[in-house]
Amino acid sequence: MARFRGRGMASVNYPIGMNLGGDPSQALIHSNPDGKFTVALSAIDLGQGMKQVTRQVAAETLGVPVEDVYVDTADSDTGPHDMGSFASRGTHRMGNAVIAAAREARGVLLEAAAEELEVNAADLVTDGKGNIHVKGAPSRAITVRATAQAAQFKQGKTIAGRGIFLIPLSAVDPETGEMNPNTAFAHACLVADVEVDDETGEVTVLGMNSAYELGRVINPKMVEQQLVGGAWMGISHALYETPEPYYPNPDHGPRDFNEYLMPGPGDIAPYSITILERPAPDGPFGGKGPGEMCANPVLPAIANAVYNAIGVRVNDLPITPEKILRGLKANGGPKPQARRGGAL
Amino acid sequence: MAKVPVQFRLNGSDRAAFADPADSLLTVLRRGLNDFGPKYGCGQGTCGTCSVLIDGELRLACLTLAASCEGASVETVSGMADGPNLHPLQNAFMEHFAAQCGFCTPGMLTAAKALLDRNPDPSREDVIDAIAGNICRCTGYEPIIQAILAAARTLPAQRRS
Repeated sequence: MARFRGRGMASVNYPIGMNLGGDPSQALIHSNPDGKFTVALSAIDLGQGMKQVTRQVAAETLGVPVEDVYVDTADSDTGPHDMGSFASRGTHRMGNAVIAAAREARGVLLEAAAEELEVNAADLVTDGKGNIHVKGAPSRAITVRATAQAAQFKQGKTIAGRGIFLIPLSAVDPETGEMNPNTAFAHACLVADVEVDDETGEVTVLGMNSAYELGRVINPKMVEQQLVGGAWMGISHALYETPEPYYPNPDHGPRDFNEYLMPGPGDIAPYSITILERPAPDGPFGGKGPGEMCANPVLPAIANAVYNAIGVRVNDLPITPEKILRGLKANGGPKPQARRGGAL
Repeated sequence: MAKVPVQFRLNGSDRAAFADPADSLLTVLRRGLNDFGPKYGCGQGTCGTCSVLIDGELRLACLTLAASCEGASVETVSGMADGPNLHPLQNAFMEHFAAQCGFCTPGMLTAAKALLDRNPDPSREDVIDAIAGNICRCTGYEPIIQAILAAARTLPAQRRS
Protein backbone atom coordinates (compact mmCIF):
# COMPACT_ATOMS: atom_id res chain seq x y z
CA MET A 1 0.00 0.00 0.00
CA ALA A 2 1.42 3.33 -1.00
CA ARG A 3 0.78 6.93 -1.85
CA PHE A 4 1.16 8.03 -5.45
CA ARG A 5 1.78 11.55 -6.61
CA GLY A 6 0.45 12.96 -9.83
CA ARG A 7 0.28 16.23 -11.72
CA GLY A 8 -2.56 17.39 -13.93
CA MET A 9 -3.33 20.54 -15.82
CA ALA A 10 -6.29 22.23 -17.44
CA SER A 11 -6.85 25.35 -19.49
CA VAL A 12 -10.00 27.38 -19.89
CA ASN A 13 -11.22 30.01 -22.32
CA TYR A 14 -14.06 31.59 -20.45
CA PRO A 15 -16.79 33.74 -22.05
CA ILE A 16 -17.73 36.85 -20.07
CA GLY A 17 -21.51 37.13 -19.72
CA MET A 18 -24.15 35.39 -21.79
CA ASN A 19 -26.46 36.13 -24.64
CA LEU A 20 -30.00 34.79 -24.52
CA GLY A 21 -32.11 37.52 -26.04
CA GLY A 22 -29.57 40.26 -25.41
CA ASP A 23 -27.64 41.01 -22.25
CA PRO A 24 -28.21 44.54 -20.87
CA SER A 25 -27.14 46.20 -17.64
CA GLN A 26 -28.29 49.62 -16.49
CA ALA A 27 -26.94 52.18 -14.03
CA LEU A 28 -28.18 55.51 -12.69
CA ILE A 29 -25.94 58.06 -10.98
CA HIS A 30 -26.91 61.25 -9.18
CA SER A 31 -25.11 63.76 -7.02
CA ASN A 32 -26.13 64.60 -3.48
CA PRO A 33 -26.08 68.07 -1.90
CA ASP A 34 -22.77 67.25 -0.20
CA GLY A 35 -21.09 66.72 -3.56
CA LYS A 36 -21.00 62.95 -3.25
CA PHE A 37 -22.48 60.58 -5.78
CA THR A 38 -24.87 57.65 -5.51
CA VAL A 39 -24.76 54.88 -8.10
CA ALA A 40 -27.95 52.84 -8.29
CA LEU A 41 -27.62 49.31 -9.64
CA SER A 42 -29.92 46.32 -9.48
CA ALA A 43 -27.15 43.79 -9.83
CA ILE A 44 -26.20 42.34 -6.47
CA ASP A 45 -22.77 42.05 -4.90
CA LEU A 46 -22.56 38.45 -3.69
CA GLY A 47 -19.24 39.14 -2.02
CA GLN A 48 -17.20 39.03 -5.20
CA GLY A 49 -16.53 42.77 -5.01
CA MET A 50 -18.86 44.24 -7.62
CA LYS A 51 -19.78 47.19 -5.41
CA GLN A 52 -16.14 48.14 -4.96
CA VAL A 53 -15.30 47.66 -8.64
CA THR A 54 -18.24 49.74 -9.88
CA ARG A 55 -17.41 52.35 -7.23
CA GLN A 56 -13.86 52.65 -8.58
CA VAL A 57 -15.11 52.78 -12.16
CA ALA A 58 -17.64 55.50 -11.29
CA ALA A 59 -15.09 57.59 -9.37
CA GLU A 60 -12.51 57.34 -12.15
CA THR A 61 -15.02 58.38 -14.82
CA LEU A 62 -16.60 61.16 -12.77
CA GLY A 63 -13.17 62.45 -11.74
CA VAL A 64 -13.94 62.43 -8.02
CA PRO A 65 -12.36 60.58 -5.04
CA VAL A 66 -13.49 56.99 -4.65
CA GLU A 67 -14.59 57.85 -1.08
CA ASP A 68 -17.17 60.22 -2.56
CA VAL A 69 -19.04 57.50 -4.43
CA TYR A 70 -21.62 55.22 -2.85
CA VAL A 71 -22.95 52.23 -4.76
CA ASP A 72 -26.48 51.26 -3.83
CA THR A 73 -27.61 47.79 -4.90
CA ALA A 74 -30.30 47.62 -2.28
CA ASP A 75 -33.47 47.04 -4.22
CA SER A 76 -34.09 45.51 -7.63
CA ASP A 77 -37.71 46.74 -7.48
CA THR A 78 -36.73 50.41 -7.45
CA GLY A 79 -33.32 50.31 -9.16
CA PRO A 80 -32.65 50.34 -12.90
CA HIS A 81 -33.08 46.92 -14.51
CA ASP A 82 -30.18 44.51 -14.70
CA MET A 83 -29.99 40.91 -15.89
CA GLY A 84 -28.17 39.98 -12.67
CA SER A 85 -24.93 38.84 -11.11
CA PHE A 86 -24.03 35.64 -12.95
CA ALA A 87 -22.00 34.32 -15.88
CA SER A 88 -19.01 36.36 -14.69
CA ARG A 89 -20.64 39.42 -16.24
CA GLY A 90 -20.52 41.89 -13.33
CA THR A 91 -17.34 43.85 -13.98
CA HIS A 92 -17.78 43.89 -17.76
CA ARG A 93 -21.49 44.65 -18.16
CA MET A 94 -22.16 46.74 -15.07
CA GLY A 95 -18.80 48.46 -15.29
CA ASN A 96 -19.63 49.63 -18.82
CA ALA A 97 -23.11 50.79 -17.78
CA VAL A 98 -21.59 52.73 -14.89
CA ILE A 99 -19.07 54.39 -17.22
CA ALA A 100 -21.90 55.53 -19.51
CA ALA A 101 -23.90 56.92 -16.58
CA ALA A 102 -20.84 58.58 -15.04
CA ARG A 103 -19.92 60.26 -18.34
CA GLU A 104 -23.37 61.81 -18.60
CA ALA A 105 -23.31 62.94 -14.95
CA ARG A 106 -19.81 64.36 -15.40
CA GLY A 107 -21.05 66.38 -18.36
CA VAL A 108 -23.76 68.01 -16.25
CA LEU A 109 -21.31 68.50 -13.36
CA LEU A 110 -18.89 70.39 -15.59
CA GLU A 111 -21.71 72.47 -17.11
CA ALA A 112 -22.85 73.48 -13.63
CA ALA A 113 -19.27 74.31 -12.64
CA ALA A 114 -18.80 76.29 -15.86
CA GLU A 115 -21.85 78.37 -15.03
CA GLU A 116 -20.44 79.17 -11.58
CA LEU A 117 -16.96 79.98 -12.89
CA GLU A 118 -18.32 81.79 -15.97
CA VAL A 119 -16.15 79.75 -18.33
CA ASN A 120 -16.68 77.20 -21.08
CA ALA A 121 -17.37 73.68 -19.76
CA ALA A 122 -15.03 72.25 -22.37
CA ASP A 123 -12.13 74.05 -20.68
CA LEU A 124 -12.73 72.41 -17.30
CA VAL A 125 -10.90 69.44 -15.78
CA THR A 126 -11.24 67.52 -12.51
CA ASP A 127 -8.30 66.79 -10.22
CA GLY A 128 -9.75 63.58 -8.75
CA LYS A 129 -9.58 65.14 -5.29
CA GLY A 130 -12.95 66.87 -5.30
CA ASN A 131 -12.06 69.99 -7.30
CA ILE A 132 -12.89 71.28 -10.77
CA HIS A 133 -10.65 73.90 -12.39
CA VAL A 134 -9.87 75.57 -15.67
CA LYS A 135 -7.31 73.60 -17.63
CA GLY A 136 -3.92 75.23 -17.07
CA ALA A 137 -5.30 77.60 -14.42
CA PRO A 138 -5.69 75.68 -11.15
CA SER A 139 -6.61 78.87 -9.27
CA ARG A 140 -9.83 79.25 -11.25
CA ALA A 141 -11.47 76.41 -9.36
CA ILE A 142 -14.62 75.27 -7.61
CA THR A 143 -15.15 72.21 -5.46
CA VAL A 144 -17.43 69.41 -6.59
CA ARG A 145 -19.37 69.99 -3.40
CA ALA A 146 -19.96 73.68 -4.12
CA THR A 147 -20.90 72.78 -7.69
CA ALA A 148 -23.43 70.20 -6.50
CA GLN A 149 -24.97 72.71 -4.13
CA ALA A 150 -25.08 75.46 -6.75
CA ALA A 151 -26.69 73.11 -9.25
CA GLN A 152 -29.37 72.06 -6.81
CA PHE A 153 -30.12 75.26 -4.92
CA LYS A 154 -29.24 77.99 -7.45
CA GLN A 155 -29.34 76.64 -10.98
CA GLY A 156 -32.16 74.13 -10.48
CA LYS A 157 -30.16 71.47 -12.27
CA THR A 158 -29.95 67.73 -11.60
CA ILE A 159 -26.41 66.38 -11.77
CA ALA A 160 -27.25 62.89 -12.90
CA GLY A 161 -26.49 60.32 -15.55
CA ARG A 162 -28.11 57.29 -17.15
CA GLY A 163 -26.12 54.36 -18.45
CA ILE A 164 -26.90 51.17 -20.26
CA PHE A 165 -24.59 48.57 -21.74
CA LEU A 166 -26.18 46.10 -24.10
CA ILE A 167 -24.70 43.11 -25.82
CA PRO A 168 -27.46 42.66 -28.43
CA LEU A 169 -28.98 39.30 -29.28
CA SER A 170 -26.73 37.28 -31.50
CA ALA A 171 -28.98 35.26 -33.78
CA VAL A 172 -27.98 31.79 -34.91
CA ASP A 173 -27.23 31.48 -38.63
CA PRO A 174 -29.76 28.89 -39.85
CA GLU A 175 -27.33 27.54 -42.47
CA THR A 176 -24.17 27.17 -40.41
CA GLY A 177 -25.38 27.32 -36.81
CA GLU A 178 -22.81 30.04 -36.29
CA MET A 179 -23.36 32.73 -33.69
CA ASN A 180 -21.21 35.18 -31.77
CA PRO A 181 -22.71 35.44 -28.31
CA ASN A 182 -19.63 36.75 -26.55
CA THR A 183 -17.38 39.72 -27.06
CA ALA A 184 -14.80 39.07 -24.36
CA PHE A 185 -13.04 35.93 -23.23
CA ALA A 186 -10.86 35.45 -20.16
CA HIS A 187 -8.24 32.70 -20.05
CA ALA A 188 -6.55 30.55 -17.48
CA CYS A 189 -4.27 27.56 -17.04
CA LEU A 190 -3.96 25.66 -13.80
CA VAL A 191 -1.63 22.87 -12.65
CA ALA A 192 -2.62 20.69 -9.70
CA ASP A 193 -0.37 18.32 -7.76
CA VAL A 194 -2.13 15.57 -5.84
CA GLU A 195 -1.35 12.54 -3.73
CA VAL A 196 -3.57 9.45 -3.94
CA ASP A 197 -3.65 6.80 -1.23
CA ASP A 198 -4.30 3.46 -2.94
CA GLU A 199 -5.45 1.89 0.32
CA THR A 200 -8.05 4.45 1.41
CA GLY A 201 -8.76 6.00 -1.99
CA GLU A 202 -8.29 9.47 -0.54
CA VAL A 203 -6.97 12.28 -2.71
CA THR A 204 -4.97 15.11 -1.14
CA VAL A 205 -4.29 18.26 -3.13
CA LEU A 206 -0.66 19.12 -2.41
CA GLY A 207 -0.62 22.43 -4.22
CA MET A 208 -1.80 24.37 -7.23
CA ASN A 209 -0.25 26.90 -9.60
CA SER A 210 -2.22 28.97 -12.04
CA ALA A 211 -2.02 31.81 -14.51
CA TYR A 212 -5.12 33.92 -15.17
CA GLU A 213 -5.58 36.45 -17.97
CA LEU A 214 -8.44 38.71 -16.92
CA GLY A 215 -8.10 41.89 -18.88
CA ARG A 216 -7.38 45.00 -16.80
CA VAL A 217 -7.44 44.08 -13.12
CA ILE A 218 -9.50 46.86 -11.60
CA ASN A 219 -8.93 45.81 -7.98
CA PRO A 220 -5.95 43.43 -7.66
CA LYS A 221 -6.61 42.36 -4.06
CA MET A 222 -10.22 41.51 -4.79
CA VAL A 223 -9.23 39.54 -7.88
CA GLU A 224 -6.76 37.57 -5.77
CA GLN A 225 -9.39 36.99 -3.07
CA GLN A 226 -11.88 35.76 -5.63
CA LEU A 227 -9.36 33.44 -7.30
CA VAL A 228 -8.26 31.94 -3.98
CA GLY A 229 -11.81 31.40 -2.77
CA GLY A 230 -12.97 30.05 -6.11
CA ALA A 231 -10.10 27.56 -6.24
CA TRP A 232 -11.17 26.20 -2.86
CA MET A 233 -14.64 25.73 -4.28
CA GLY A 234 -13.09 23.93 -7.26
CA ILE A 235 -11.31 21.50 -4.93
CA SER A 236 -14.56 21.03 -3.07
CA HIS A 237 -16.49 20.24 -6.25
CA ALA A 238 -13.73 17.97 -7.54
CA LEU A 239 -13.30 15.84 -4.43
CA TYR A 240 -16.10 16.36 -1.93
CA GLU A 241 -19.43 17.95 -2.75
CA THR A 242 -22.45 16.11 -4.01
CA PRO A 243 -26.14 16.05 -3.11
CA GLU A 244 -26.19 12.45 -4.39
CA PRO A 245 -25.71 9.52 -2.05
CA TYR A 246 -22.37 7.77 -2.21
CA TYR A 247 -24.35 4.52 -2.07
CA PRO A 248 -27.37 3.48 -4.13
CA ASN A 249 -30.08 4.21 -1.58
CA PRO A 250 -31.04 7.91 -1.52
CA ASP A 251 -31.48 7.65 2.25
CA HIS A 252 -27.70 7.79 2.44
CA GLY A 253 -27.58 11.20 0.79
CA PRO A 254 -26.40 14.21 2.77
CA ARG A 255 -29.02 15.95 4.91
CA ASP A 256 -26.98 18.70 6.55
CA PHE A 257 -23.53 20.26 6.81
CA ASN A 258 -22.30 17.28 8.83
CA GLU A 259 -22.93 14.98 5.89
CA TYR A 260 -22.56 17.32 2.92
CA LEU A 261 -18.82 17.24 2.65
CA MET A 262 -16.70 20.33 2.05
CA PRO A 263 -13.01 20.85 2.73
CA GLY A 264 -12.36 22.77 5.91
CA PRO A 265 -9.54 25.15 6.81
CA GLY A 266 -7.27 22.17 7.49
CA ASP A 267 -7.74 20.76 3.97
CA ILE A 268 -6.66 23.74 1.89
CA ALA A 269 -3.71 23.53 -0.46
CA PRO A 270 -0.93 26.06 -1.12
CA TYR A 271 -1.94 28.04 -4.20
CA SER A 272 0.16 30.35 -6.31
CA ILE A 273 -1.44 32.65 -8.88
CA THR A 274 0.06 34.73 -11.67
CA ILE A 275 -2.17 37.44 -13.13
CA LEU A 276 -1.80 38.52 -16.74
CA GLU A 277 -3.54 41.65 -17.96
CA ARG A 278 -4.57 41.97 -21.60
CA PRO A 279 -7.21 44.68 -21.56
CA ALA A 280 -10.44 43.83 -23.37
CA PRO A 281 -11.25 46.37 -26.10
CA ASP A 282 -14.87 46.61 -24.96
CA GLY A 283 -14.26 46.17 -21.21
CA PRO A 284 -14.53 48.94 -18.60
CA PHE A 285 -10.94 50.25 -18.55
CA GLY A 286 -10.21 46.92 -20.26
CA GLY A 287 -11.60 44.75 -17.46
CA LYS A 288 -13.17 41.33 -17.98
CA GLY A 289 -13.71 39.72 -14.57
CA PRO A 290 -12.70 36.42 -13.00
CA GLY A 291 -16.09 35.08 -11.85
CA GLU A 292 -16.85 31.42 -12.30
CA MET A 293 -13.56 30.59 -13.95
CA CYS A 294 -11.87 30.82 -10.54
CA ALA A 295 -13.19 27.32 -9.90
CA ASN A 296 -13.55 25.85 -13.39
CA PRO A 297 -10.01 24.67 -14.28
CA VAL A 298 -9.45 23.15 -10.82
CA LEU A 299 -11.84 20.26 -11.49
CA PRO A 300 -10.31 18.85 -14.70
CA ALA A 301 -6.78 19.56 -13.42
CA ILE A 302 -7.40 17.43 -10.33
CA ALA A 303 -9.07 14.68 -12.40
CA ASN A 304 -6.02 14.68 -14.70
CA ALA A 305 -3.65 14.64 -11.72
CA VAL A 306 -5.46 11.62 -10.27
CA TYR A 307 -5.09 9.83 -13.62
CA ASN A 308 -1.42 10.82 -13.75
CA ALA A 309 -0.89 9.41 -10.23
CA ILE A 310 -2.63 6.03 -10.47
CA GLY A 311 -3.95 5.60 -14.01
CA VAL A 312 -7.59 5.76 -12.94
CA ARG A 313 -9.80 7.97 -15.09
CA VAL A 314 -12.81 9.16 -13.06
CA ASN A 315 -15.44 10.67 -15.34
CA ASP A 316 -18.05 11.80 -12.85
CA LEU A 317 -17.60 14.18 -9.95
CA PRO A 318 -16.83 14.25 -7.12
CA ILE A 319 -13.81 11.95 -7.21
CA THR A 320 -14.66 10.07 -4.03
CA PRO A 321 -12.48 7.43 -2.35
CA GLU A 322 -15.02 4.84 -3.46
CA LYS A 323 -14.61 5.72 -7.14
CA ILE A 324 -10.82 5.66 -6.77
CA LEU A 325 -10.88 2.20 -5.16
CA ARG A 326 -13.33 0.82 -7.74
CA GLY A 327 -11.12 2.22 -10.49
CA LEU A 328 -8.00 0.67 -8.96
CA LYS A 329 -9.77 -2.68 -8.70
CA ALA A 330 -10.94 -2.53 -12.31
CA ASN A 331 -7.40 -1.65 -13.47
CA GLY A 332 -5.76 -4.36 -11.38
CA GLY A 333 -3.93 -1.85 -9.21
CA PRO A 334 -2.26 1.54 -9.54
CA LYS A 335 -0.69 2.35 -12.90
CA PRO A 336 1.28 5.61 -12.50
CA GLN A 337 1.56 7.56 -15.75
CA ALA A 338 4.55 9.39 -17.19
CA ARG A 339 5.61 12.55 -15.35
CA ARG A 340 6.26 15.85 -16.99
CA GLY A 341 7.49 19.17 -15.74
CA GLY A 342 9.91 18.46 -12.92
CA ALA A 343 9.63 17.07 -9.42
CA LEU A 344 6.39 17.18 -7.47
CA MET B 1 -46.24 27.96 26.96
CA ALA B 2 -45.80 30.83 29.37
CA LYS B 3 -42.89 33.14 28.65
CA VAL B 4 -40.16 33.39 31.23
CA PRO B 5 -37.97 36.39 32.02
CA VAL B 6 -34.28 36.02 31.17
CA GLN B 7 -31.60 38.45 32.30
CA PHE B 8 -27.96 38.45 31.28
CA ARG B 9 -25.18 40.84 30.41
CA LEU B 10 -24.96 41.41 26.67
CA ASN B 11 -21.74 43.05 25.52
CA GLY B 12 -21.36 44.72 28.91
CA SER B 13 -24.95 45.95 29.35
CA ASP B 14 -27.62 44.36 31.52
CA ARG B 15 -30.42 43.18 29.27
CA ALA B 16 -33.67 41.36 29.90
CA ALA B 17 -36.18 39.64 27.66
CA PHE B 18 -39.23 37.45 27.90
CA ALA B 19 -38.50 34.17 26.21
CA ASP B 20 -40.27 30.94 25.52
CA PRO B 21 -38.51 28.32 27.68
CA ALA B 22 -37.58 26.51 24.45
CA ASP B 23 -36.16 29.60 22.75
CA SER B 24 -32.53 29.46 21.77
CA LEU B 25 -30.16 32.22 22.78
CA LEU B 26 -29.91 33.09 19.09
CA THR B 27 -33.65 33.67 18.86
CA VAL B 28 -33.62 35.90 21.93
CA LEU B 29 -30.60 37.86 20.72
CA ARG B 30 -32.01 38.49 17.25
CA ARG B 31 -35.76 38.74 17.87
CA GLY B 32 -35.84 39.89 21.47
CA LEU B 33 -32.79 42.11 21.84
CA ASN B 34 -32.23 43.25 18.23
CA ASP B 35 -28.65 42.04 18.16
CA PHE B 36 -28.35 40.90 14.56
CA GLY B 37 -24.59 40.25 14.79
CA PRO B 38 -24.85 36.48 15.26
CA LYS B 39 -26.41 35.00 12.13
CA TYR B 40 -28.97 32.23 11.77
CA GLY B 41 -27.25 29.78 9.43
CA CYS B 42 -28.05 26.09 9.74
CA GLY B 43 -29.85 26.26 13.09
CA GLN B 44 -28.37 22.92 14.11
CA GLY B 45 -24.86 23.72 15.24
CA THR B 46 -22.92 22.77 12.12
CA CYS B 47 -22.07 26.09 10.42
CA GLY B 48 -20.80 28.26 13.28
CA THR B 49 -22.07 31.65 12.16
CA CYS B 50 -24.17 32.06 15.34
CA SER B 51 -21.07 31.70 17.57
CA VAL B 52 -21.02 33.81 20.74
CA LEU B 53 -18.95 33.89 23.92
CA ILE B 54 -20.78 32.91 27.11
CA ASP B 55 -18.70 33.75 30.17
CA GLY B 56 -15.73 33.79 27.83
CA GLU B 57 -16.39 30.34 26.36
CA LEU B 58 -17.13 29.87 22.67
CA ARG B 59 -20.70 28.62 22.26
CA LEU B 60 -23.23 28.10 19.48
CA ALA B 61 -26.16 30.40 20.17
CA CYS B 62 -28.53 28.27 18.08
CA LEU B 63 -27.98 25.25 20.36
CA THR B 64 -27.98 27.17 23.65
CA LEU B 65 -31.25 27.63 25.52
CA ALA B 66 -31.72 31.30 26.34
CA ALA B 67 -32.98 30.40 29.81
CA SER B 68 -29.66 28.72 30.56
CA CYS B 69 -27.89 32.08 30.12
CA GLU B 70 -29.56 33.62 33.17
CA GLY B 71 -26.99 35.76 34.93
CA ALA B 72 -24.28 34.99 32.37
CA SER B 73 -22.11 37.39 30.40
CA VAL B 74 -22.79 37.05 26.67
CA GLU B 75 -20.46 38.62 24.10
CA THR B 76 -21.40 38.84 20.44
CA VAL B 77 -19.60 40.25 17.42
CA SER B 78 -21.68 43.42 17.88
CA GLY B 79 -19.68 44.19 21.01
CA MET B 80 -16.21 43.61 19.57
CA ALA B 81 -15.53 47.17 18.51
CA ASP B 82 -14.74 49.74 21.20
CA GLY B 83 -16.96 52.61 20.04
CA PRO B 84 -15.55 53.73 16.69
CA ASN B 85 -12.35 51.71 17.24
CA LEU B 86 -12.53 48.32 15.62
CA HIS B 87 -11.06 45.29 17.34
CA PRO B 88 -7.64 44.29 15.90
CA LEU B 89 -9.31 41.18 14.47
CA GLN B 90 -11.88 43.29 12.64
CA ASN B 91 -9.14 45.49 11.19
CA ALA B 92 -7.13 42.44 10.18
CA PHE B 93 -10.17 40.88 8.48
CA MET B 94 -10.50 44.04 6.38
CA GLU B 95 -6.76 44.31 5.64
CA HIS B 96 -6.55 40.69 4.53
CA PHE B 97 -9.82 40.53 2.60
CA ALA B 98 -11.07 37.80 4.94
CA ALA B 99 -14.74 38.53 4.24
CA GLN B 100 -16.56 38.19 0.95
CA CYS B 101 -20.30 37.62 1.31
CA GLY B 102 -19.85 38.15 5.06
CA PHE B 103 -22.29 35.55 6.31
CA CYS B 104 -19.66 33.51 8.17
CA THR B 105 -17.79 36.60 9.39
CA PRO B 106 -19.56 37.06 12.78
CA GLY B 107 -18.78 33.47 13.73
CA MET B 108 -15.25 33.61 12.37
CA LEU B 109 -14.50 36.79 14.34
CA THR B 110 -16.00 35.35 17.51
CA ALA B 111 -14.14 32.04 17.19
CA ALA B 112 -10.94 33.99 16.52
CA LYS B 113 -11.50 36.21 19.55
CA ALA B 114 -12.03 33.14 21.74
CA LEU B 115 -8.70 31.83 20.46
CA LEU B 116 -6.73 35.04 20.97
CA ASP B 117 -8.27 35.61 24.41
CA ARG B 118 -6.70 32.38 25.63
CA ASN B 119 -3.72 32.16 23.26
CA PRO B 120 -2.37 35.50 22.02
CA ASP B 121 0.42 33.81 20.06
CA PRO B 122 -1.27 31.00 18.10
CA SER B 123 0.37 28.82 15.47
CA ARG B 124 -1.23 28.32 12.05
CA GLU B 125 -2.48 24.93 13.29
CA ASP B 126 -4.02 26.58 16.36
CA VAL B 127 -5.88 28.99 14.08
CA ILE B 128 -7.12 26.18 11.83
CA ASP B 129 -8.34 24.27 14.90
CA ALA B 130 -10.08 27.37 16.23
CA ILE B 131 -12.12 28.00 13.07
CA ALA B 132 -12.67 24.35 12.13
CA GLY B 133 -16.26 24.56 13.34
CA ASN B 134 -17.06 27.51 11.10
CA ILE B 135 -18.03 27.04 7.46
CA CYS B 136 -16.98 29.64 4.87
CA ARG B 137 -18.16 29.32 1.28
CA CYS B 138 -16.31 32.22 -0.33
CA THR B 139 -12.77 32.78 0.88
CA GLY B 140 -11.20 29.33 0.82
CA TYR B 141 -10.21 30.01 4.46
CA GLU B 142 -6.67 31.13 3.69
CA PRO B 143 -7.39 34.89 3.98
CA ILE B 144 -9.17 34.25 7.29
CA ILE B 145 -6.22 32.27 8.64
CA GLN B 146 -3.85 35.04 7.52
CA ALA B 147 -6.03 37.73 9.12
CA ILE B 148 -6.16 35.97 12.48
CA LEU B 149 -2.38 35.40 12.50
CA ALA B 150 -1.86 39.07 11.58
CA ALA B 151 -4.21 40.25 14.32
CA ALA B 152 -2.31 38.12 16.85
CA ARG B 153 0.93 39.85 15.80
CA THR B 154 -0.60 43.27 16.54
CA LEU B 155 -1.89 42.28 19.97
CA PRO B 156 1.22 42.62 22.15
CA ALA B 157 1.93 46.10 20.80
CA GLN B 158 -1.62 47.18 21.60
CA ARG B 159 -1.48 45.74 25.07
CA ARG B 160 1.71 47.67 25.81
CA SER B 161 0.09 50.98 24.92
